[in-house]
Amino acid sequence: MGDLLSLFVNSVFIGNILLAYFLGICSFIAVSKTIETATGLGFAVIFVLTVTSPVNWLIYHGLLAPGALSWAGYPELDLSFLKFITFIAVIAAIVQAVEMVIDRYSPLLYASLGVFLPLIAVNCAILGTSLFMVERNHTFIESVVFGAGSGTGWMLAIVSLAAIRKKVRYADVPAGLDGFGFIMIIAGLMAMTFMMFSGITL
Amino acid sequence: MHTNLSHYKEILIKGIWRENPVAYQVLGICSALAVTVKMSTAVVMSIALSLVAAFSGLIISSLRHWIPSNIRIIVELTVIASLVIVTDQILKAYLYDISKQLSIFVGLIITNCIILGRAEAFAMANNPADSFVDGLANGLGYSMILLAVAFLRELLGSGQFFGFSVIPQFLYDMGFQDMGIMVLAPGAFFIIGLLVWLKNSLPGVSHEKK
Repeated sequence: MGDLLSLFVNSVFIGNILLAYFLGICSFIAVSKTIETATGLGFAVIFVLTVTSPVNWLIYHGLLAPGALSWAGYPELDLSFLKFITFIAVIAAIVQAVEMVIDRYSPLLYASLGVFLPLIAVNCAILGTSLFMVERNHTFIESVVFGAGSGTGWMLAIVSLAAIRKKVRYADVPAGLDGFGFIMIIAGLMAMTFMMFSGITL
Repeated sequence: MHTNLSHYKEILIKGIWRENPVAYQVLGICSALAVTVKMSTAVVMSIALSLVAAFSGLIISSLRHWIPSNIRIIVELTVIASLVIVTDQILKAYLYDISKQLSIFVGLIITNCIILGRAEAFAMANNPADSFVDGLANGLGYSMILLAVAFLRELLGSGQFFGFSVIPQFLYDMGFQDMGIMVLAPGAFFIIGLLVWLKNSLPGVSHEKK
């Protein structure tokens, strides 16, 4: 239990998928103009990550990993090279399915999350989390916790950036730096802040 | 032939400099930063991404009349993912150490916004040769930023260039120290922010709209 909590805290703060591994920066910058949209996208990312990470774990360890197909009579088969194309297809399919389910049963939630869901299918953070999960040999339970933790960390980062951008909207920034360059420097300062958490063990 | 050449030159300059995908369109920085601690990984990543961008442009553009528009994103992703798998296998076979260091970031070329963005915006509407050049140009534009960031991070962070120490010893004796922050994540953010500032201050660059 303590290990899982430690993994969660680690993936939220120290190994923050956005500020330490630079995943999902495209939407981090594009969707952080207002706090409301940032929060909506953040929740959508948490949800999709918590679902796709374990589903990809099952597919990888059940079908693709070296020796996974020994039950079918192919103990030497190693299909792990197919993981990129499989993961991206699974992610796109799950995002599509989630979108349809939400649309059918909760129009209110769809109104707030719906526009973000298609964006998420190509968010590097989602594919990155699944690939990290394979590379770090997580167990099934760990893959759920890691997915949820990465999503939470991502949301924390994007909502904080949206809040900071609101505060500095009227700041007098030098002409060439205004815009993208300025946001990157803010992100750098945020990354330094998140690194302060390293060394904390539970 | 002459008009043809100047036409390709136009596409190249647009992708590499005037509308540089990273600095101007804010695309594809997801993976641009993580592999820039050292020059060697950055060079391999640049070559891999430029080739995937060029060939995905070529293939998607050749198929553009047969792709139904409502499933085009899936088709594009499949083409890109297949090219990335080939790239990953080649790297594992010939450059195993570097492919270990690049870890998941080769796979993340699939979700790199530059490649999908160029497939959507350019390859679906132009002929294969133009799309190939356009993909290559955008890949090179991305590489330029990547290599600049990697050069500064490796030089300032560990005093090296391609793994060779280049800062003379007497500077260390005088009290110069490597900047640890450059090796860590925040260094990459700062450097890319400052590079964009520099680029925006140079003449002949289209400015980002506010």
